[in-house]
Amino acid sequence: MNDMTVMDSTVEAQRTKMAAQNVNVYYGDTHAIKDVNVEIEDKTVTAFIGPSGCGKSTFLRCLNRMNDTIDICRVTGDILLEGEDIYDKRVDPVQLRAQVGMVFQKPNPFPKSIYDNVAYGPRIHGLAKNKADLDEIVERSLRRGAIWDEVKDRLQSPGTGLSGGQQQRLCIARAVATEPEVLLMDEPCSALDPIATAQVEELIDELRESYSVVIVTHSMQQAARVSQKTAFFHLGNLVEFGPTGQIFTNPEDPRTESYITGRIG
Amino acid sequence: MPLFWLILIVLVIAAVGYMLGRSRALANAGGDSRELHSLPSYYGWNVALKAMVPTFVLLIVWLLVQPLYVNSVISGMIPANVIDDGSSRGLVMAEVRRAANGLDNAVAQGVMDEEFARNARADFTDVSQVLKDAGQIVTTEVTQPVLRAAQRYRIVNATGYQIMSIVAVVLALAGTLFALRETRALFRARNVVELGIHALLVGAASIAVLTTVGILLSLVFNTWEFFKLYPASDFFFGLNWAPSFSGRGGSSDLGVLPLLWGTFYISIVALAVAVPIGLFAAIYLSEYASPRIRSIAKPLLEILAGIPTIVYGLFALLTVGPLLLKVFGNEGLGWMQAGTAVMTAGLVMGIMLIPFVSSLSDDIINAVPQAMRDGSYGLGATQSETIRQVVIPAALPGIVGAILLAASRAIGETMIVVLGAGAAARLSLNPFEAMTTVTAKIVSQLTGDADFASPEALVAFALGMTLFVLTLCLNIIALYIVRKYREQYE
Ligand SMILES: Nc1ncnc2c1ncn2[C@@H]1O[C@H](COP(=O)(O)OP(=O)(O)O)[C@@H](O)[C@H]1O
Ligand SMILES: [Mg+2]
Repeated sequence: MNDMTVMDSTVEAQRTKMAAQNVNVYYGDTHAIKDVNVEIEDKTVTAFIGPSGCGKSTFLRCLNRMNDTIDICRVTGDILLEGEDIYDKRVDPVQLRAQVGMVFQKPNPFPKSIYDNVAYGPRIHGLAKNKADLDEIVERSLRRGAIWDEVKDRLQSPGTGLSGGQQQRLCIARAVATEPEVLLMDEPCSALDPIATAQVEELIDELRESYSVVIVTHSMQQAARVSQKTAFFHLGNLVEFGPTGQIFTNPEDPRTESYITGRIG
Repeated sequence: MPLFWLILIVLVIAAVGYMLGRSRALANAGGDSRELHSLPSYYGWNVALKAMVPTFVLLIVWLLVQPLYVNSVISGMIPANVIDDGSSRGLVMAEVRRAANGLDNAVAQGVMDEEFARNARADFTDVSQVLKDAGQIVTTEVTQPVLRAAQRYRIVNATGYQIMSIVAVVLALAGTLFALRETRALFRARNVVELGIHALLVGAASIAVLTTVGILLSLVFNTWEFFKLYPASDFFFGLNWAPSFSGRGGSSDLGVLPLLWGTFYISIVALAVAVPIGLFAAIYLSEYASPRIRSIAKPLLEILAGIPTIVYGLFALLTVGPLLLKVFGNEGLGWMQAGTAVMTAGLVMGIMLIPFVSSLSDDIINAVPQAMRDGSYGLGATQSETIRQVVIPAALPGIVGAILLAASRAIGETMIVVLGAGAAARLSLNPFEAMTTVTAKIVSQLTGDADFASPEALVAFALGMTLFVLTLCLNIIALYIVRKYREQYE
């Protein structure tokens, strides 16, 4: 893996935003996640890598309780956000998802106008005092999603009419509009062409200034380019977790090494 | 020879042809089936098809044409003075056919021998008696000319069928021989059979299409006849529906507007019941219900769709009508005079339409991609917010299509109206009054002993045409919307 440009990981250590302790996930009888412990830092991009089916998406979906929408899914262990257990009975999963936003693998804009797509979250959560306020939130979110210049003249046209890369950036803007603290992204570039991918990666790097970002990717180059911390999953186990530079240049576990050199996967 | 035996004989010829064709092809290839162009069975089918298809086509055409021919020959035989005043050649011919039929049955029962049936001339009163004794319906005394014609009718018919049988068998044999002669190892039997199957399918499709066209043409022609007798403007813009039957004399008012109003009013009440309930049921089933509940509730709901509408009609007449009368009638609020009313029919029709709306909407809601819902949940929306703001708007065009389809069913519904809404054509806004619809009036105009050439009967076709155009437009719009919506996610 010497052809890979690994990011300088001398980023100063950040405080812990989310922590998973002894997390197990079951789909019916399938044991999908086995005893995983991970700490996700604030203002950091954390990448989850691993062969497909190893449980990256499953674990990601635990972090904002999206797994609650799957009947057969059962989660044990503790997941803390700012030290509070998000699986506690007092926590409202709906409110939690406004704090921990999510961007999906396939761009999924609603069949509404671009404006209404971005305004969806703020409207639901009552974030805007009035129309002008909402306009401002929409503009700021679209700017953060690095798509404002492309759509500012056609905010009322349908979001489904954009190109794939634009749609994905719209979805990121939509997630950003609810002012989340953590942003989860499940293979956000897998449906995009290389140019759109580069734009989204650039965007992720910018988002790091305000949020804690967790990104699932099947591309090791991408993990190396955008993340500061990397977690390697294999068959439901968290094999190795550490600074991205270290994982890619000097992995401790032989399985990690096999994977990044292309022998597992 | 009865038709059944004839068909059997042709089938046997075809079966024998199949074996012969197969073995002849194999023999031609020196017993090695790999030398053949097609699989051996194709050679067999080639022969069988060539034996059967032309023969059956001939049989069908013959059976259609012969009655026409015989009719024209025999009716030319009837002297004009036999036809009474007020009667017609057609009526006399009907009597001839009845008498001929009676003779046939009498012979079959053994009360009359064939010789007697053919030749009885002098003692024709006797013939009538024998026929009556044999339980055959003979309207009046069979008169001399009618008996003659009937006898002649039987003879011509019998000869015709004999010739047909002979020609059919000869044709089947000729087809077999022709096909056997062309059977050689390199003959492309497979392609011929393919062609035959193709023709079969085309035939089935064209029968379906031609029938539709035929029905349509008969509607159009009869509507045309009606408008020759009754001015179209009076029909479309008349505010009064008061047919008078020819027996009573006097002219009729045949304005369609009161009927259309009744149709729309009842349909609107029905949709007002069916759309909210059906839609909410669909949302519950597709979004909230666990798979177990869904697997029980959905079929149960769809049972409603299988109940014959006459049963709903009974329900309207015997249960819902009296119930409404109790509440809104003279003992209650005093708005309702009788159990049959727009409200009664509308409510019951609404119940009938619930499964229709719910199962279509359920399919459409299920077709909204899960990614939409995930996107919404991922932004912190609750389930009902997601349904209201994402799922329903995404499914809306499809739901509108479903509602339009339901509306066209409501417009075409008859039995519930006949039993639940009464028979009075009326332009009124009171939903507790009796009204009637286009379909119910079509029934009442054609039942009873109406003269089918009078405007009072022909108006049924104009009503049918109006209804057809209305529902056709609704269906086209609905299908267009549904289809357009389907493309959205593909
Ligand atoms: N909805 C589900 N129902 C049952 N099993 C599931 C479901 N989603 C994922 N799984 C199983 O959980 C395991 C992990 O899947 P996933 O998290 O999607 O892997 P990844 O995202 O790493 O490719 C797989 O074995 C998969 O079959
Ligand atoms: Mg995945």
